[in-house]
Amino acid sequence: MACTLVIRFDRVSKRYPPGVDALSDISFEVAEREMVLVGGHSGAGKSTLLKLMAGIEKSTGGAILVGGQNVSGLARSALPYLRRRIGMVFQDQKLLLDRNAFENVMLPLSIAGFPHREAAQRVRAALDKVGLSSREKALPVMLSGGEQQRLAIARAVVGRPNLLLADEPTAHLDADTAADVARIFTEFNHVGVTVLIATYAGNLFPGGRRLQLEHGRLLQ
Amino acid sequence: MNAWLTQHARAARLALHRLAAAPLNSLLYLLAIGVALALPAGGQTLLANAQSLAGITSAAPQISVFMAANADRAMTTDIESRLKQRADIKRIQFLSREETLARMKANPGLREVIEALGTNPFPDAFVLTAADERLPAMEQLAAELRRWPRIEHVQLDSDWVRRLDALLELGRTAVLVLAVLLSIGLIAISFSIIRMQVLTHRAEIELSGLLGATDGFIRRPFLYYGFLLGLGGGIVAWLLVGAATLWLRAPLGELVRLYELTLALQPPGPRDSALLPAISAGLGWLGAMISLGQQLRQKSGY
Repeated sequence: MACTLVIRFDRVSKRYPPGVDALSDISFEVAEREMVLVGGHSGAGKSTLLKLMAGIEKSTGGAILVGGQNVSGLARSALPYLRRRIGMVFQDQKLLLDRNAFENVMLPLSIAGFPHREAAQRVRAALDKVGLSSREKALPVMLSGGEQQRLAIARAVVGRPNLLLADEPTAHLDADTAADVARIFTEFNHVGVTVLIATYAGNLFPGGRRLQLEHGRLLQ
Repeated sequence: MNAWLTQHARAARLALHRLAAAPLNSLLYLLAIGVALALPAGGQTLLANAQSLAGITSAAPQISVFMAANADRAMTTDIESRLKQRADIKRIQFLSREETLARMKANPGLREVIEALGTNPFPDAFVLTAADERLPAMEQLAAELRRWPRIEHVQLDSDWVRRLDALLELGRTAVLVLAVLLSIGLIAISFSIIRMQVLTHRAEIELSGLLGATDGFIRRPFLYYGFLLGLGGGIVAWLLVGAATLWLRAPLGELVRLYELTLALQPPGPRDSALLPAISAGLGWLGAMISLGQQLRQKSGY
């Protein structure tokens, strides 16, 4: 049974060689079922913050707890199992261009070892949830920008994670499409998923708690 | 267990899909591996046939015992009965002096010379096949027979045995060296192909890692790919050797017949037929493993 994920950052720092501070002394908590929007200008450290949570990057100081697990102290072999419990929408989407929509969404379930029949049902449900059930055979290049973003969201939620992280999910989308994508995240939050979104367009997500980063520091 | 099998089945399917997705490339890879492996495999097949030829010509490592020219038939019969009592002699063939004369006269080149002699110059003789065909045992037997009365000459054609043995040993060594070198070559081929595969699927590898794939999940399809390449290459090599065997059978048989021997060139036997693809598949897998070890270590996040 999956444990409830709550995020806790305790004086976390991230320094890239040769001494560039991406994040300095960051402390905050995210409660279960909360929606948190991390704002800040480009280069403020929003993406780095998300990468630290998913164990994609390692912090250089402080402690990061996700679902009670210290991510910074996790063994390399344990990281895949943490990542399977987190749904992640990447800034560049990272869709596989030679796989159709169905196969793209299937990937996390294949990784987790789901039997094919159950996985196929889940994929169809996830595609339906984001309004792409009629496009499951389409390659990513055949989809519009908004559809590609929704496909990335479907892939993030197909494993039914407790925590959904998204890095600028409305970037490069027109206003209507961005609002549509934002609505999908809000809906997931309403059904109990903890959502943390790094975005410069926080106004699209009404009701979320806001954190503001500036030059790698959290503004209180 | 079920999940483990599902993961392996998925990896094998994915590897097959990748092979089928680029049929021309895959065919060329298989041919490259097949031709490389066909050389030592063909050498091994020829060697096995040469060994069987050595078996056929086992008359060569025989001992010829020539009676004294003045030995009469009773003396010869006495020697024959003594030979028959020995356990270290497997077979005795008696050649009477009359029989030898008739065979020699059948040779047109020798007939005139023999007729010019007037008398039969050939002694009675025995051709012995030793129970133990190893050279030291045969030399010991020959030495003992030389001490028997009324035996004029004992001839052990050990030079021929030694030459044949040396040739076979040389062949075995050459095949071994070739096999080792081409096995290293196969590993290098597999290494390079998997390296290209990793580069081609870099985006998928990176994404899989981000979505929670273990190292095993990422490696497995590539290992299967290397395994299948090796297996396919081994089967191609087996087909090439089999075809070459059939193709060479008639001309080689004709050549061997000129030496009054018979040989039907045989394709690789069941053991070699099973070993060739198995070893090849193993080498393909090994090449893939080495390549992945190097490639994936270089990637951040893995």
